[in-house]
Amino acid sequence: MNVQSPPEKLTARDFATDQEVRWCPGCGDYAILKGVQNTLAQLEADPKNTVFVSGIGCAARFPYYMETYGFHTIHGRSPAVASGVKLANPELDVWVVGGDGDMLSIGGNHTMHVIRRNVDLQILLFNNQIYGLTKGQYSPTSKIGTKSPSTPLGSIDNPVSAAQFALGVGGTFIARSSDILQKHLPEVLKRAYKHKGASFVEIFQNCIVYNDGVFKHFTEKSVQDEMQIHVEHGEPLLFGTDKSKGLILNKDEMRLEVVTLGENGITVDDIAVHDETNRGLATMLAQMDPPDYPVALGVLYAEPAPTYEASVHAQIAQATKDADKADLNSLLRRGQTWTVE
Amino acid sequence: MSEVATAERSDEGRQEVESAVVRFAGDSGDGMQLTGSHFTMTAAIAGNDLATFPDFPAEIRAPAGTTFGVSAFQINFGARKIMTSGDLLDVLVVMNPAALVTNLADVKPNGIVIADSGAFTARNLTKAGYEENPLENDSLEGYRLVKIDMSRLTVEAVKEFGLSNKEALRSKNMWALGVVYWMYGRKRQASIDWLETKFAKQPDIAKANIAALNAGHAFGETAEMPAELGTYEVESATIEPGLYRTITGGESVSLGLLAGSLLADLKIAFCSYPITPASALLHQLARMKEFGVVTFQAEDEIAAAAAAIGASYAGALGITSSSGPGIALKMEAIGLAIATELPLVVINSQRAGPSTGLPTKTEQSDLYQAVYGRNGDAPMPVISVSTPSDGYEVAIEAVRIATKYMTPVMVLTDGYITNASEPWLIPDAADAERFDVEFRTDPENFQPFMRDGETLARPWVKPGTPDLMHRIGGIERSYDSGHISYDPENHQKMTDVRAAKVLGIANDIPEQTIEVGEAGAKLAVVGWGSTYGPINRAVNNMRDEGLDVAQIHLRYIWPLPRNLGELLGTFDQILVPEMNTGQLRTLLRDQFLLPAEGHNKVNGKPFLIGELEDAIRARLEK
Ligand SMILES: Cc1ncc(C[n+]2csc(CCOP(=O)(O)OP(=O)(O)O)c2C)c(N)n1
Ligand code: SF4
Ligand SMILES: [Mg+2]
Repeated sequence: MNVQSPPEKLTARDFATDQEVRWCPGCGDYAILKGVQNTLAQLEADPKNTVFVSGIGCAARFPYYMETYGFHTIHGRSPAVASGVKLANPELDVWVVGGDGDMLSIGGNHTMHVIRRNVDLQILLFNNQIYGLTKGQYSPTSKIGTKSPSTPLGSIDNPVSAAQFALGVGGTFIARSSDILQKHLPEVLKRAYKHKGASFVEIFQNCIVYNDGVFKHFTEKSVQDEMQIHVEHGEPLLFGTDKSKGLILNKDEMRLEVVTLGENGITVDDIAVHDETNRGLATMLAQMDPPDYPVALGVLYAEPAPTYEASVHAQIAQATKDADKADLNSLLRRGQTWTVE
Repeated sequence: MSEVATAERSDEGRQEVESAVVRFAGDSGDGMQLTGSHFTMTAAIAGNDLATFPDFPAEIRAPAGTTFGVSAFQINFGARKIMTSGDLLDVLVVMNPAALVTNLADVKPNGIVIADSGAFTARNLTKAGYEENPLENDSLEGYRLVKIDMSRLTVEAVKEFGLSNKEALRSKNMWALGVVYWMYGRKRQASIDWLETKFAKQPDIAKANIAALNAGHAFGETAEMPAELGTYEVESATIEPGLYRTITGGESVSLGLLAGSLLADLKIAFCSYPITPASALLHQLARMKEFGVVTFQAEDEIAAAAAAIGASYAGALGITSSSGPGIALKMEAIGLAIATELPLVVINSQRAGPSTGLPTKTEQSDLYQAVYGRNGDAPMPVISVSTPSDGYEVAIEAVRIATKYMTPVMVLTDGYITNASEPWLIPDAADAERFDVEFRTDPENFQPFMRDGETLARPWVKPGTPDLMHRIGGIERSYDSGHISYDPENHQKMTDVRAAKVLGIANDIPEQTIEVGEAGAKLAVVGWGSTYGPINRAVNNMRDEGLDVAQIHLRYIWPLPRNLGELLGTFDQILVPEMNTGQLRTLLRDQFLLPAEGHNKVNGKPFLIGELEDAIRARLEK
């Protein structure tokens, strides 16, 4: 009999490599790295079956710092590389890491298709609303008016919302968190890990050098209670100090509205309850922006669906069932043949 | 099996010819490809050697009767070795005016044109741009014109099956095939058998087609034919005994990739994005699922290359395939495979460029792209396919090199080879030498970029292997450890070792042989890719005329065979015919400082034997 000794429990530190971490001091990426390492330890993930795939950018340096398998690829293409990894070996746990430029600009096409196909991956988009690695140009998530080396008078094009994009292309899991939410982030990542399919997580990340404080209007201590709502499936959409505020669905206008408990006779029972299987609600939550609304964080949407690679391998399994068909010699001889004497 | 008289008329009076070129041309809906493949099969059974070339319209559903809706199929068959699908036509069969106007220029002087006069209606004539019916004026003087109202005769022949007029006319191609079978004294049985199997569930359709075939044949036999048409005999060729099939270049490459994966004991992950003429491979591999082949139609060529690389990283055989414009898109990813030293097979079905170029026309103008077309010093092996059946061996070789040397390999084939077919002596899969891939599992002294002393290849490690976790990437890697390294000395060392690894493959490929002739001849004609057939025939013909010329044909473009420089040095002159403006010529001049001259054209068509003969003569008779 084969007696297996229980594996030693790994700590977050066991997921760190011996490589020197090269982000700028104070960069939000450090906190995310710690959050991910904590998550893997809590999940008791197996380092040998874990693969981190990334594109190019500051965020994309991530795999070098994880004591797992890792592939730092080329700018924007990590979703495609990761798709290939999963097609070849669906058993691997594959995480994809990239920045807003990597995943929504040069790689926007691949991000769309990997989400649409529902490849079983955890996709972490570190959104700092800037191109960090190339020294601070504006990005497709930068707000209009962002002054950068390439937009000295301010950017003029409309930004894209990562979460709305992911919802729009048919994502089956869309969540949000932030670098500084050290408790919230691992919880969201654990949900992402457990979801079978493309789990898309937008993580707001502060680039201290080129875009410091872009998120402070909802992340700073003094405003975070009023400007963040942490959504939970089946729970009323409450926020604010003492959870005194909430969201109701204005059915006439088909939009969410911020209300205060106790005002105009509003009670908890009037507050909308979060249903993470409701794509319409998730879209409305993703659209919310300060100052009129808090930023929605947590699992906005989650609905299981068959994964792409499982369906691919199901077709192959079906075709291979008839095993004696898989003979090269008979394939070479299929169709019309003739003999020359 | 039906009881049809297949006894042929006495062969007395048949004129013996060594080879013949026949082209069937008609509307896309006229079934010309099917007709051609029947004629091919029957010629093969009769023991002829042969080569074929289908010519499909570029438009998907071109309007009936238009010139851009013409579909043609050409076959060159003979009692001798057939090297090309033929320069000029002995016989052109046209099913409508558009087919005549688009194909007539390829008919030999005094060649035979058989036309379905029933389809030369005023409407069809206008669509083809004819102001007058060319069958009725003297515009076809100089050809042996045979006008037959095949449309009417077909409808009559199938009357008893109660088909609609439209359905009845669908058998017109079989009627035409019957006439040509009669001309060349061919047996109809193989076609009859095929029709009965194909239409087993629609016996009336089968019977109508067979009736049309027999009627066309009988039309010839009962001497209703004009005397000038003549009947011919093409003896069987001396062909190596064995079991044969016809094979296109698309089929041979896809089967070779599968065979290679089995020899390496790897599962294929074939990642591609549709493009003419490369899509054939995606379609064929998608039907090989029972072998565990994964095919992935990616969102674009970049994603296809990236996914193939991801698959190789995870321990599968990543393959990606495209044509020129798509290969250009893949290049950054191919550079990643070079940098991270992962196996990858890249199939490039070349077409005329630049940009969209001529999607359905053939060219071999991606040699520069293959050998030089990446940022940085980024060498990769490049090998090429010479004939439709050659793709099988070449694809196997690509898999062998990619996996043994941990490198991407580019296979250059082209639109002509992909669609053209030839008979293929089917190999026994068990005869091939295995080259099972070994994945590293031993943690002892493991370093991801520690190289094998002989091949300089790094170890291949599958994620999932215990104790071998490591990181790779496109940033320059430290020698052995693979960690990120910005050290300039290390970059020099890594650049040198990447080049040395690829150049070292020259010791693991065969020395270059001479295809025809001897070293030291006055002229060597050096080619690569699909020019093999016309060059071979032209060189043989010129040697028959007594000229001192030899043929050298390269499979390996990079690295070049280790003896090539020395071998080429023995010839007085070197002529490099290419369907580009001189890409191999540049490479040879650069590598060997030899005064190689080019013979180049890019008109979308394969070389004619005649033009190569002229080029050879011009060099030897000056
Ligand atoms: C093909 C290609 N184009 C451009 C670049 C340059 N480049 C590297 S990272 C980057 C953008 C990085 O921004 P983001 O993805 O948001 O990552 P961050 O650095 O902000 O984490 C660019 C433009 C590149 N490496 N490759
Ligand atoms: S540039 Fe910005 S994103 Fe990049 S490491 Fe520095 S702080 Fe972080
Ligand atoms: Mg960024």
